[in-house]
Amino acid sequence: MIEFHLDPRSGVATYLQIVQQVKEALRLGTIDVGDQLPTVREVVADLAINPNTVAKAYRDLEREGLVVARQGRGTFVASTLASSSRRHHEHLRAQLERWIDEAESSGLDDESIRALISATLREKLGRRVA
Amino acid sequence: MSSPLVARALGKRFRREWGLRDCTLELPEGAIVGLAGPNAAGKSTLLALATGLLDPTEGSISVLGRDPLREPAVLAEIGFVAQGAPLYRGFTVAETIEFARRTNTGWDDAGLLAELDPRTRVGELSAGDRARLALALALGKRPRLLLLDEPFAGLDPLAGREFLQLLMDGVAETAATVVIASHVIADIERVCDHIVLLTGGGVRLEGNVEELLESHRILMGPRRPLGTIRGVKEILRERHSGRQLTLLVTTSGPIVDPSWTVDNVGLEELLLAYMAPERLPTPQPPEKVPLRWHG
Repeated sequence: MIEFHLDPRSGVATYLQIVQQVKEALRLGTIDVGDQLPTVREVVADLAINPNTVAKAYRDLEREGLVVARQGRGTFVASTLASSSRRHHEHLRAQLERWIDEAESSGLDDESIRALISATLREKLGRRVA
Repeated sequence: MSSPLVARALGKRFRREWGLRDCTLELPEGAIVGLAGPNAAGKSTLLALATGLLDPTEGSISVLGRDPLREPAVLAEIGFVAQGAPLYRGFTVAETIEFARRTNTGWDDAGLLAELDPRTRVGELSAGDRARLALALALGKRPRLLLLDEPFAGLDPLAGREFLQLLMDGVAETAATVVIASHVIADIERVCDHIVLLTGGGVRLEGNVEELLESHRILMGPRRPLGTIRGVKEILRERHSGRQLTLLVTTSGPIVDPSWTVDNVGLEELLLAYMAPERLPTPQPPEKVPLRWHG
């Protein structure tokens, strides 16, 4: 079963962090159709967060058709995001690793690598949105 | 459903000092409300007015649709944990629970206390266990409104987390509206979905946490003369360091100017900015009124 973790300093709303973690697990195939998500009370007892937040995250996922809530039984994965793109993952990951190796041998430290990646992501993806 | 707590121009004066003044609020049902503000901002005064322990000097307060002072029957539906979780220190855990059972109709401890040894005297419990016992007693009333005054004071981080877990579990079960007064924002930002910020006895900021965070942004960029920035409604705070300029702003739309790096603001940073004394005017509820700033 998926276990959620929170990064309170990320600036990302808690319910969005839960939504993103479910989606990420769906993309990576670590959870699949039919799997159960933890109940609201389980998440609340584990993370000490507002039950409304968990309910909101699950509602969002339900609206997107990714999960279904079954009365009295819990919330279950209804569809997957692990699309055909997944077969490219390995290749892309290898390329990314080579890039990181190159960055390291050029003298960039961890922080600089992270900063460069997140700035590039923000610029590239942000431009696409705008 | 009506709001579980409504205050209208509520004020309380102690001798010459106002503990709370011109407080107008309407808390949404089922919310977990962070009542934030520095010490002596009026948080405890508001809670004491809500539980009928104090009489308003002016204005009115209504909890669960009733006047807590003149209709004390409403208190049966309110759970209140005062600062320092006061309990009878000479009672054992079992005696404390028995006392609560006999003095509250419809009391249900629901096994929340299973892990505490019933023979231990309350005075010998750790601060964390005592706080959780007081919370469990308040939850045992199955309250529709739960008021907590500085519940994290004196708790270490682990005890604080355990307290929150018990609280959130209780909320998941009872669907109570909760008000947590705390001067430490980090203690409450994990759970609250609504914020009331009091400063100097008045409401400085109030609203849904998500909406508040969504309408504020941090802008970082090279230092430059400031003109109008598209998407920015008001600049709340301006900081220079070297060639870098950092702004905290309220937004009216997306900020697309590529010369600014736009970042989300955390709740703590946001509230601290509003607590800073240099800005005088208070945005009045309803929160749709634009935020004003006079620098």
